[in-house]
Amino acid sequence: MSTRTLVVWCPDWPVTAAGFSADEPVAVFANRVVACSAAARAGGVRRGLRRRQAEARCPGLQLVAHDPDGEARAFEPVVAAVEAFCPRLEIVRAGVCAVATRGPSRYFGGDDTLAAKVTEAVAHVGGRAGIAEGPFAAELAARAGRVIPEGQTPAFLSTFSVDVLERPELADLLHRLGIRTLGSFAALPPASVLARFGADGLRAHRLASGDDERPLAARISPPELDVTTEFDPPAERVETAVFAARRLAHQLCDELSARGLALSCLRVEAETSHGETLVRRWRLERATPLALAERVRWQLDGWLSDANPHAPTAGLTLLRVAPEEVLPDEGRQLGFWGGDRALDDRAARALLHVQGLLGPEAVTTAVPAGGRGPAEQVQLVPWGDAPPVLCGSSAAMPSQIRKEREVWPGRVPAPSPATVYGNPMRAEVVDQHGQPVTVSGRGSASAEPARVSIDGGPWTDVVAWAGPWPVDERWWDPHAHRRRARWQVATADGTAHLLAVEGGRWSVEAAYD
Amino acid sequence: MAVSGSSSLALALLAGPSQAGSWCAAVGLPSLGLVAAADVGVALERFPLVARPGDEWPAVVAALVDAVDIVLVHLPRHVRTGDARRLVAKARDRGAVLVTTGGSTAFAADVRLSVSGCTWEGLGRGHGRLRARRIDVVATGRGAAARDRRVSLWLPAASGGVEECLRDPLAMPQQIAQTLG
Repeated sequence: MSTRTLVVWCPDWPVTAAGFSADEPVAVFANRVVACSAAARAGGVRRGLRRRQAEARCPGLQLVAHDPDGEARAFEPVVAAVEAFCPRLEIVRAGVCAVATRGPSRYFGGDDTLAAKVTEAVAHVGGRAGIAEGPFAAELAARAGRVIPEGQTPAFLSTFSVDVLERPELADLLHRLGIRTLGSFAALPPASVLARFGADGLRAHRLASGDDERPLAARISPPELDVTTEFDPPAERVETAVFAARRLAHQLCDELSARGLALSCLRVEAETSHGETLVRRWRLERATPLALAERVRWQLDGWLSDANPHAPTAGLTLLRVAPEEVLPDEGRQLGFWGGDRALDDRAARALLHVQGLLGPEAVTTAVPAGGRGPAEQVQLVPWGDAPPVLCGSSAAMPSQIRKEREVWPGRVPAPSPATVYGNPMRAEVVDQHGQPVTVSGRGSASAEPARVSIDGGPWTDVVAWAGPWPVDERWWDPHAHRRRARWQVATADGTAHLLAVEGGRWSVEAAYD
Repeated sequence: MAVSGSSSLALALLAGPSQAGSWCAAVGLPSLGLVAAADVGVALERFPLVARPGDEWPAVVAALVDAVDIVLVHLPRHVRTGDARRLVAKARDRGAVLVTTGGSTAFAADVRLSVSGCTWEGLGRGHGRLRARRIDVVATGRGAAARDRRVSLWLPAASGGVEECLRDPLAMPQQIAQTLG
């Protein structure tokens, strides 16, 4: 039988975390809509819609970019509020946390009282608490704001549609087989489910019958694999700690995979030099070192942020990452890069070493981004951090760049310049009479350019040029609005530059060298 | 190997090995055109960048040479001879290639590539756009590469890659011709 669990669920957490209330039509999107407010849902916005579709359905919709880190950070005060009632809390994901009710319920005089108290504590963010057997049922109960009496969880679940299992392919198949509710799915004999739908199907069947996702017998008490690092002097910045956490995460993952185990619940402990401690448990689906380090970053960001009233008063002295719950590894661990592992591992180690020398921000890698200018078409992210959502898998990168080109009309044509100045250099361009060349508001040049001086250097004759290519970007946003005209200019010494004139001022954006 | 006068020439050297699965790295080049790198064939996911190594650059390059096949380094103005010798010895020991740009001649490069002339095609007086560039590369060096060799290349060619203008395989040291594809 599953443990009775209380789940706190905050509806549309990404929207709440972005600082909007449910009455405003807001959608959080990352290419597609990730979450939307109640008002937007009433207007017809659904998860998975494209941005334009969503805007068409609900005029006046405000769009917010998806920010998983910010959402996890904003969830920290809610977790702290729930933790005041019951220790040993697990964060399932930002917006949902779970806790076993056995002890707290007795202390507060029953499940109903406990749920009411917790609901009251998280009411300011619209959170609801629900109690049932197992986290899956409890989350559904929380959505309904109900406390399911003991033993009635299967009956409660039986009316839900199979879609709530969050397995779209399985749900689709079940619908076509005429099995539409969890009740009718649970009525199938487990052996037949295993034969027809495989191990994952059996897991779903267990959920539908009100059992825990993982059978209790499969839970192995974790060996002593805690990995700890001490900071001397104390770490004041989150980055320092996260950098150390990445190393710990690698170490822990290596230890676990050597034993054939996979992590399903992680405990992160941090301690300051004033003796303050913060312990959090995180549930994980796929425990890559990256995912582990990310959880540590979320936790520390939330704890150390100035907005948190219980922020620690001193730097961190200790960080411990420990496996709270492990499972036999069924091959869920994915290779990090693919390809030649030995070579890639060696390169990754060397880069970690360089990050240790210069700080984690010093080593970057380029991912394709959208834009018209040569500097906007790639974005530099610190090595080892998750690339932004725009970029799909790393292997698809060149095609990604090609795709990006198609959706940015007016971009500077290929070939791309081999030198792109982060801070554009000053330039001067004059016509044959020595008068500065200007570009009018309608995008026509005052005269043909005759000579160019770059960064205060000597004047050279222009042998060929193209332009002006006017670009009027982000006119809808007064702060980001830029209006400029680009030129390609080849000079007598054989070099070519990409020049831009903006507000009458010339600059060198890039050199074709 | 030392390259002067052209960033795209340096990037073109990385392209072949990078396509074949090797790791490359760039140190001290904050304004490298990464779209151009991707266009010429460098796999960006195997191309970490250390844009501003500061005074630590010898340590950074030493760490990278250990693990990466080709390290592209922009040398600061003053390089200690000891640092240069250590790095070259380490690269030779590991079988890695150091490609340097920048003015310092402290590195005893086996091959030096420089650009003696280049002309752009496709750009007119007020019309057209840059399409291709013809570049004259001079290779000088030591040992097997001692004799000066010259080659004219289309870099970038109108199709985006690198092409030789004159079909003369003896015009360049063999390994460079191979690297440039």
